[in-house]
Amino acid sequence: MTSLHTLNQAPSNASLMQSCLSSLQPDDTLLLIEDGVYWLLDTHRAKFPIALNIKALRLDAQARGLLPLVPEVDLIEMDEFVHLSVTHDKIVSWF
Amino acid sequence: MIFTVVVHASPCQNAAPESALRFCKALLSAGHTLHRVFFYRDGVFNGNQLISSPPDELNTMRAWQALAEEHSIDLVICIAAAIRRGVLDSTEAKRYEQNQTNLAEKFNLSGLGQLVEACILSDRVITFGGQG
Repeated sequence: MTSLHTLNQAPSNASLMQSCLSSLQPDDTLLLIEDGVYWLLDTHRAKFPIALNIKALRLDAQARGLLPLVPEVDLIEMDEFVHLSVTHDKIVSWF
Repeated sequence: MIFTVVVHASPCQNAAPESALRFCKALLSAGHTLHRVFFYRDGVFNGNQLISSPPDELNTMRAWQALAEEHSIDLVICIAAAIRRGVLDSTEAKRYEQNQTNLAEKFNLSGLGQLVEACILSDRVITFGGQG
């Protein structure tokens, strides 16, 4: 059983990310959407476990001017978001 | 796969309604089925017909209507959440002795049972959330 976790809150809501991280299982994926993409910035990213499978929506990162600051490899398009929701058994939304 | 999308945020609160719209369009483009979009809590404001966006911004209410028109999508607004926030159709306006209605076309007021049914019938349920 794998879960896709989406999180849409900025790092100012750190307790939400804490709750999310504490429920993540090894094969789960964390997808940052909307203001959640700010978590990709280096200062915040350092707080994540190294093995964490983490992605972010390119459109939301672009809308917030973060494209030059975040690793290209982590960014996905909307159709990949749909694909992730199909390949995981459940979708958990953190907001 | 069969999807149900749940929206908890108003168009003015955060980007969740726009994310939900883009997700709906992407899943339909990929050949999946969208069983229902359910609007709950402040998400009921998505069906407020009186929302008038600046011309250079997306009017999510109209975008939902266009999606429903094009793909025959069931847009259901939680009736209890809607009434307490002043989103009324003619039946509820009469029941609560209000002389105006503001539920946009293509949206329907119904109960949480519609969300339960959608969860049972759908392979995936995804929520786009807000604080309200």
